[in-house]
Amino acid sequence: MLQTISLFAPQLVLAFFASQLLSTGAFAKKDISVGVRYFAVGVLVLYALIGFVLGQPTGTAFKGALIVDSYSHYMNFFLGMSAAAALMFSKSFFQTEKLDRFEFSVLVLYCTLGMSIMVSSNTLLSLYIGIEMQSLALYVMAAFNRDSLRASEAGLKYFVLGAISSGLLLYGASLIYGFTGSLEFTHIAQVVSEGATPGIIAGMVFLLCGLAFKISAAPFHMWTPDVYEGSPTPVTGFFAGAPKFAAMALIARLLVGPFGDITTQWQQVIIVLAVLSMFVGAIGALTQTNIKRLMAYSSIANMGYALVALSAGTQAGVKGMLIFMSIYTITVIGIFACILQMRIRNGMVEQISDLAGLSKTNRGLAIVLTMFMFSVMGIPPLLGFFGKFFAFIPAMEAGLTWLVVLALVASVIGAFYYLRLVKIMWGDENENEFVQAPKTLRGLAVITALLVFPLLLLPMISIPAQSWISQAAASLF
Amino acid sequence: MAIGLSHYLAVAAILFTVGVFGIFVNRKNVIIILMCVELILLAVNINFVAFSTHMADLPGNNPMAGQIFALFILTVAAAEAAVGLAILVVYFRNRGNIAVENIDLMKG
Repeated sequence: MLQTISLFAPQLVLAFFASQLLSTGAFAKKDISVGVRYFAVGVLVLYALIGFVLGQPTGTAFKGALIVDSYSHYMNFFLGMSAAAALMFSKSFFQTEKLDRFEFSVLVLYCTLGMSIMVSSNTLLSLYIGIEMQSLALYVMAAFNRDSLRASEAGLKYFVLGAISSGLLLYGASLIYGFTGSLEFTHIAQVVSEGATPGIIAGMVFLLCGLAFKISAAPFHMWTPDVYEGSPTPVTGFFAGAPKFAAMALIARLLVGPFGDITTQWQQVIIVLAVLSMFVGAIGALTQTNIKRLMAYSSIANMGYALVALSAGTQAGVKGMLIFMSIYTITVIGIFACILQMRIRNGMVEQISDLAGLSKTNRGLAIVLTMFMFSVMGIPPLLGFFGKFFAFIPAMEAGLTWLVVLALVASVIGAFYYLRLVKIMWGDENENEFVQAPKTLRGLAVITALLVFPLLLLPMISIPAQSWISQAAASLF
Repeated sequence: MAIGLSHYLAVAAILFTVGVFGIFVNRKNVIIILMCVELILLAVNINFVAFSTHMADLPGNNPMAGQIFALFILTVAAAEAAVGLAILVVYFRNRGNIAVENIDLMKG
C-alpha cells in the first residue's frame, strides 16, 4: 500500500491539489485566480520534483496498471516544469484580456495529471484514461476565451478531430485486446513475440493513427493550424510543448514495449508519418503570415524529426527522441514567451509583418527571438543543432540513410521561413512599437534563451543530463 | 445459423465505418458529428464485449477486462459529450448557427 503511494505520489499530488483548488475556487466569495495560479505553479513544481525527493522508486502500481521507471520520472520532471512555465506566461495575457479565471490553472493541473498517467501507463485502459483526461482539459482550454468566435471555433474543431482520434485509438485497442486476450502491455508483448497475427497489426496501426492525431503528425495534422491560430496564445504555447512530448513519449513506450518484437512492421508506419510530417510542415509554413500558424506548421515538421529518431527502433533512437523533444519543448516555451510580448497599444498582434524593425525598437526581444529561430533551424552551437544531431544519428545507424537525407532536405526548406522571420526583424522598416512587456514574460524568455545557449551546453550540466536521458531510455528496453 | 464472434465484429466494423464516414461526408450539422462520434464509441464497445464473451480460457487471458473497458468508455463518452456540447453552445452563441460549412473562419 505504502509502496504504491510512494510510486504514485506525483500523480496523487496533482489529483489532490487540483480537486482542492477546484472546490476552493467554486466556493470562494471573491476572485482568487491570481492566488490559484501561483499555488498551481507550486503544485506543478512539487509534482516535477517529488520523484527525486522520494529517491526515484521504481515498480508497478495498481496491479500493473501503471509503471514507474526512470522514463516516467524523467517525463514527470519535464512535463511538470514545462506546464509550470506555460502557466506562468499565461498570467499577464489573461489579466490584460480580462479572462483571468481560476479554472484555467485547475485545467492545466488536470491536463498534466492526464499526461503523467499517459507516460506511465502499462495497460491499454490506463493509456486511454490518461489520453482522455488530457484531451478533455485541452478542448476546454482551446475554447477558453468564450466570447471569441475564433477561440470557440478552435475548440470545436479540436474537439471533433480529437474525438475521432480517440475513436480510432479505441478501435485499435479493442482489436489488440481481442487478438491478444489482455490489456496489459507485458502480456501483449508476450503474445506478439510468439508471432503477430494480422488482427494485432491492424490494431497497432489503428492505435498509431489515433496517437498520430495527438502529436499532429501528417496526414493527421489538419486540426493543428486552425487550433493554434484560434486558441488564446498562452494556450497555444502550452499545446505546442508538454502534450506533444507526452504523446510522443507514449508512442515510444508503446512501440518498444508491447510491439518491441514487430519493429519491421511499425517501422514502415512511423517512416511514412515522419516523411509526410516533415514535408507538410516545411512546405505548409512557407506561405503563412500568422506567426501562430507558422508555429503550428513548425511543430508538425518537428514531430516528423522526432519520429525519424523513433523509426530507428533502438535504444539510441528513443534517447534521440527524448533529447530532441526536450530541446524542442524548451525552445517552444521561449518562442511563445516572445510571441506573447507582441502587444501594441490596441492589443495583441500576431502577424509576422508586425515584427518588422524589431531590432531597432526592442533589441533584446529581437536578439532572443533570433536565437530561438537559429536554434529550431539547427545551427550550431545552439541547442537545436544537438537535438537534430542526436535524433538523426540513430536513424543513420539503423540503416535509414535515405530518411536522414530527406530530413535534412526538409530542414533546409524549413530554414527558409525561419530566416525570413529573422530578416523581417533585422532588415525591414519599423512599423509599430510594442508596449513594455511584463516581467514574467521577459524573465521566461531570457531563462529559456540561456538554456538554449549556453547553459545546457556546459559540460557539467550536459553530461549528467545525457546520462539521465540514457538511463530513462534504457529503462524502456 | 449460430451467431458467432465474427458476426459481432462485422456489425461493429460497419457501425465504425458509418460513424467515420458520417463525420467526413456530413456537411450540414455539428450535432450529427457528435452523434457519429457516439456511434464510433459504441462500435468499439460492441467489439470489446464480443471479444470478452468469446475469449478462450487461456492463462494470461483476461475476459473481464473487456467489459470493464466498455464501462469506462461509456463513462468517458458521457464526459466527452458534456464537454463537446458545452463548446458547441459557446460556438452557437458567438456564431448564431452550427452549420458545418460555416465553420471556416480559419483555413489555409
